[in-house]
Amino acid sequence: MNDLQAVENAHVRDDIPEFRAGDNVKVHVRVVEGGRERVQVFEGVVLARNGTGPRASFTVRKVSFGVGVERVFPLHAPIIQKVEVVRRGDVRRSKLYYLRDRVGKSARIKELRD
Amino acid sequence: MSIVKAILGEKLGMTQVFDEQARAIPVTVVKAGPVRVVQIKTIQNDGYNAIQISYGEVKQSNVNKPAAGHFAKAGVSPAAHLVEIKVDNPEEYEVGQEITVTEVFEAGTRADVSGVSKGKGFSGVMKRHNFKGQGASHGNHKKHRAPGSIGACATPARVFKGMKMAGRMGGEKVTTLSLEVAGVDEERGLLLLKGSVPGPKGSVVLVREAVKARG
Repeated sequence: MNDLQAVENAHVRDDIPEFRAGDNVKVHVRVVEGGRERVQVFEGVVLARNGTGPRASFTVRKVSFGVGVERVFPLHAPIIQKVEVVRRGDVRRSKLYYLRDRVGKSARIKELRD
Repeated sequence: MSIVKAILGEKLGMTQVFDEQARAIPVTVVKAGPVRVVQIKTIQNDGYNAIQISYGEVKQSNVNKPAAGHFAKAGVSPAAHLVEIKVDNPEEYEVGQEITVTEVFEAGTRADVSGVSKGKGFSGVMKRHNFKGQGASHGNHKKHRAPGSIGACATPARVFKGMKMAGRMGGEKVTTLSLEVAGVDEERGLLLLKGSVPGPKGSVVLVREAVKARG
């Protein structure tokens, strides 16, 4: 292992569970408001996972009060307290950007059964 | 100042780290030091105060006799790079002394980094001097990246010296000022500098205390 990788690996977390695009996840985010810290949960479907190493990130989409909301999280960011996988999705591509144009029934994702 | 605020190192590459406020910071990782003091220059002997430091390994067969004698006099194994650093009190150093990165820099301070920039070859004026170029349309013919006029006509009947034109770009000494030291890895002798540093990976850079941070 070279020195550059050592610097990177020090910031790579190993407590993040395995998940992929199409999965429903709950992301527990640390939020600091006026010196007080609390945890906010962002639940939605993973649209994409991007990048590798310490720079890896993932996009989560949810529909809140009829408005689509997407958030991009750095996978190894310290602001993420934990990631819970709620439901595994059965999808055939790695980027699910087509979900943005769909509402209702057609925006559903099959559950993965093994 | 007690210790010289400069060190030689090798640029390893860029990555990102998270700071204590959980923000991602782009950093350049430099393998800095250890350097050795090879020669001490004083006002009495040389007319100015400085120390000469060495960095990097070199094959014994690649050291010529004058260099080998210079290193042997200091009792230091031959090194690939020698650099002189001006200091106020040369008597605080001794020949052969080893200086590591932790003695020179700590996180939160600022540093200037000098290196030889990446060579860009023969480059046009848009890349080399940030010219605007010319229009993409309106009848332009094969002159989209051309410089335009380079002077007047019969007066002065020549092109002025120093006119910005196409030519060799890069491969010159560049100094980036006031980079924040994001971290120091004592165990591996690494320096993390916020932002980019001149030169390709594997090139030797000189990291000094920021000139603008001095009082």
